[in-house]
Amino acid sequence: MKKLALCALLLGGWASASPILVTGAGATFPYPLYSKWFAEYNKLYPDIRFNYQSIGSGGGIQQFTNGTVDFGASDAPMSDQEIAKVSDVVHIPTVLGAVVVTYNAPVTGLKLSAGLLADIYLGKVTKWSDPALAKVNPGIKFPDLPITVVRRSDGSGTTYVFTDYLGKVSPQWKSKVGTGKSVSWPVGLGGKGNEGVTGLIKQTPGAIGYVELAYANQNKLPLTALENKSGAFVAPTIESTSAAAAGVSMPADYRVSLTDAPGAGAYPIASFTYLLVHKDAKDPVKGDAIVRFLWWAVRDGQRLAPPLDYAPLPKPVISLVEKTIQSLQVQGKPVSLASSK
Amino acid sequence: MKSLRWRKFVDLFWTGASGAGVVLALVPLLSLLWLVVSQGVANLSFSFFTNLPAPVGEPGGGVGNGIVGTLLLVAIASAIALPVGIGAGVFLAEKGDGRAGDVIRFVTEVLSGVPSIVVGIVAYGLVVERMKRFSALAGGLALALLMVPTLARSTEEFVRLVPGALREASLALGVPKWKTSLRVVLRTAAAGIITAVLLAVARAAGETAPLLFTSLNNQYWNLQPDQPTASLTVQIFNYAISPYEDWHHKAWTAALVLLLLVGLLNMLARILSRNRMEGAR
Amino acid sequence: MPLPSDSVAAARPSPLAGAGPSRFGDRAWGAGISLFGGCILVTAGLILSELGGQSLLAFRKLGVLHFLFGSDWDPVQDKFGAFPFIYGTLVTSAIAILLAVPVSVGLALFLSEMGPKALRRPVAFGIEVLAAIPSVIFGLWGLFILVPWLRSFIEPGLQAVLGFLPFFQGPPIGLGYLAAGLILAIMILPTVASVTIEVLKTVPLPLKEGALALGATRWEAICMTVLPYARPGIVGAALLGLGRALGETMAVTMVIGNAPEVHASLFAPGYSLPAVIANEFAEATGAVHVSALASLGLVLFGITVILNALAQVLIRAVSQGVPRGAA
Repeated sequence: MKKLALCALLLGGWASASPILVTGAGATFPYPLYSKWFAEYNKLYPDIRFNYQSIGSGGGIQQFTNGTVDFGASDAPMSDQEIAKVSDVVHIPTVLGAVVVTYNAPVTGLKLSAGLLADIYLGKVTKWSDPALAKVNPGIKFPDLPITVVRRSDGSGTTYVFTDYLGKVSPQWKSKVGTGKSVSWPVGLGGKGNEGVTGLIKQTPGAIGYVELAYANQNKLPLTALENKSGAFVAPTIESTSAAAAGVSMPADYRVSLTDAPGAGAYPIASFTYLLVHKDAKDPVKGDAIVRFLWWAVRDGQRLAPPLDYAPLPKPVISLVEKTIQSLQVQGKPVSLASSK
Repeated sequence: MKSLRWRKFVDLFWTGASGAGVVLALVPLLSLLWLVVSQGVANLSFSFFTNLPAPVGEPGGGVGNGIVGTLLLVAIASAIALPVGIGAGVFLAEKGDGRAGDVIRFVTEVLSGVPSIVVGIVAYGLVVERMKRFSALAGGLALALLMVPTLARSTEEFVRLVPGALREASLALGVPKWKTSLRVVLRTAAAGIITAVLLAVARAAGETAPLLFTSLNNQYWNLQPDQPTASLTVQIFNYAISPYEDWHHKAWTAALVLLLLVGLLNMLARILSRNRMEGAR
Repeated sequence: MPLPSDSVAAARPSPLAGAGPSRFGDRAWGAGISLFGGCILVTAGLILSELGGQSLLAFRKLGVLHFLFGSDWDPVQDKFGAFPFIYGTLVTSAIAILLAVPVSVGLALFLSEMGPKALRRPVAFGIEVLAAIPSVIFGLWGLFILVPWLRSFIEPGLQAVLGFLPFFQGPPIGLGYLAAGLILAIMILPTVASVTIEVLKTVPLPLKEGALALGATRWEAICMTVLPYARPGIVGAALLGLGRALGETMAVTMVIGNAPEVHASLFAPGYSLPAVIANEFAEATGAVHVSALASLGLVLFGITVILNALAQVLIRAVSQGVPRGAA
């Protein structure tokens, strides 16, 4: 009897006019914005649901390659080896974000030079009272707390951007650890996702870690001003993030690094974040839904970014991206977007 | 020869020490229960049961889809595990006295010790990779793999407990062997088997690890077995490790809901077994 | 010489000599339940083949010994060594057993011998409740209650008193081996305690009564007769608890700190086999990474199976009355 009822329930659920469910997974970096985007889009088109799981950029790329999700998301552009496995992938930049260094210590207005940040993550500077910190921050009284380094335990695009930066400014980091979504960390506690890292920092006195700007602000955590290429100490803001993207020439496939960008007002650890989609989608319903969503996101969706501490795409980039979206196909046919929402 | 007073003191000391053992064991339990209830009750409202999760950082929202998801996963798991587990248990009880029975019994013992995360890996390889998507089916299969060994063992135990005289009387009256097994023996063992089922279901409802990469998670309602599904346990995990105070509160409340669900199932099992005990002569 | 009753019996057909339909029914029933019995074997086969198949690549590429004893977990360079996870799993489980077994024995003694009868029912009920609580809720409690408590009181306290030992050095952050070990201890208590209680029940009464008759106090009787007799069973209970502790995932992941390193200090963050699989499996980049994680699962499975088998042997030895140093 129980089984009959179960069958009926399942069949009913299956057969009913079910809304379109598109599944995606990947970066935690843009998750606060994406979750807002998908909720707003669902309000506009209640029949279309985007189920996005923030499991980290590494997971996004892996699951997209395996074909277990309809689209992926990553802050780290896919490497040539990764692209070789799913050759029709298209990177669509959606928004700009900043990787900030935040901490849990009774210190305001912290400044860090590039070398110093690398030393902390290499495990060479282990206490807040280390003179190296005082040298860069004259006038601040540091507590005698041990520094608890926090980093990611999962495969992360945020880690990729962060280690990309450290590799550029510290030759020792480049040779000892390198750049990647998961690296062999010399020290540190591992948090799962940007969420986990933020959670660990909040709960552990003396902790320091790297997270996306939105997470730090949403949780009222202090921000660190970092020394950029021009030698100025720049705080992470929407303006300094946009400044980092200003001077960059965008390649055709959008795979570019914005770290250690030139420019007086440029924040040194900024990054585009990408949605990974197929050039020619096989599933007509889902493919169509994805392309229409992308169109909405890079046009109407951009205004939702600044309130959540993300920087909108620069105008020239938006023009390029619009052309790319128009070239996406669903079962060999382009999607008519001119008149669409 | 030690004095009697000393020996009595030692006796008292160890009595106290074993009492301390009880306290040490129960203090964390009481602390946990107290916290889940006190922290969880705050957010407990009708909307908590019926709403979908709100976007990141926004207050409000609930775990309605997690509750439905857990029920769906458990239903799928039961559909797979109940026939296999109970069937295997009956096999072990009725035909399990030979070599084959020994082997199968040993394998069942071994299977009951499989760590839940390993079951997740297996279900990922068997279902998620083949179907090319995360699904409630994969999660349900993982849970079923965890339920089968305990169900088989308990069923064997309860069937063997049925007095042989009952079976023989039925056979003597001319009832065929298979009907005896089904209508007489199983029916007598039914209460015990249902108890075992309830306990297995309670355990499956509380699992998290095997669901992390089989049923994944879902922001929306879902009743389709071939789609990813939310579950209470995964939601609690995600909320707990997040930095948002609001989500931490939700984690406690979801934990309270989960505890109530598991507690209800366990209590039903106890009531059933007590009735059986009292009914048996 | 044929008896009259024989011919009567021969004349009446046996009810079991099957008229057609019931014969078929019996066969179908037998086949059906044998099928389900066989399903168990199929299930075990599937699990082994899936795990084994997924692990092959890692073992082939990295070499079994190098994989098991290497300490480098570097997904960027495809270098995978399982040692930090094996170490973390063993350390946290060891802490769990060291804490849980004495408490369980005390608990079991309290419930069966030494405690007031009125308290037995509620305490037994409490233990059952503890057993039913899902792992993720333990993790929740551990993360928000136990870890801050460790960080603020217990770890500094231990450091003040025992700081000269390498186990209690380093900054007390709360997360780490000690937190994971404590939570595991609480989680395996019901398992160890309930088996210990069963084992204590199988000790023959005359043993203890003999000691009491000779003038021993209650504790002396227990210490001299019950405990030695039950020792193998208690070891078995400990092994069962150990098996459960090894496979525990969620609560450990939430409080261990997720650092694939090897440290002597219990205050340091570490990693365990189930925790790394839970964190990295969905996002393992590259075939070797996935295979390495599956291999960790295989190692974990192997250890758990061996432990459970050992535990069963020991517990059975006691309940079947292998006398060990009986008075």
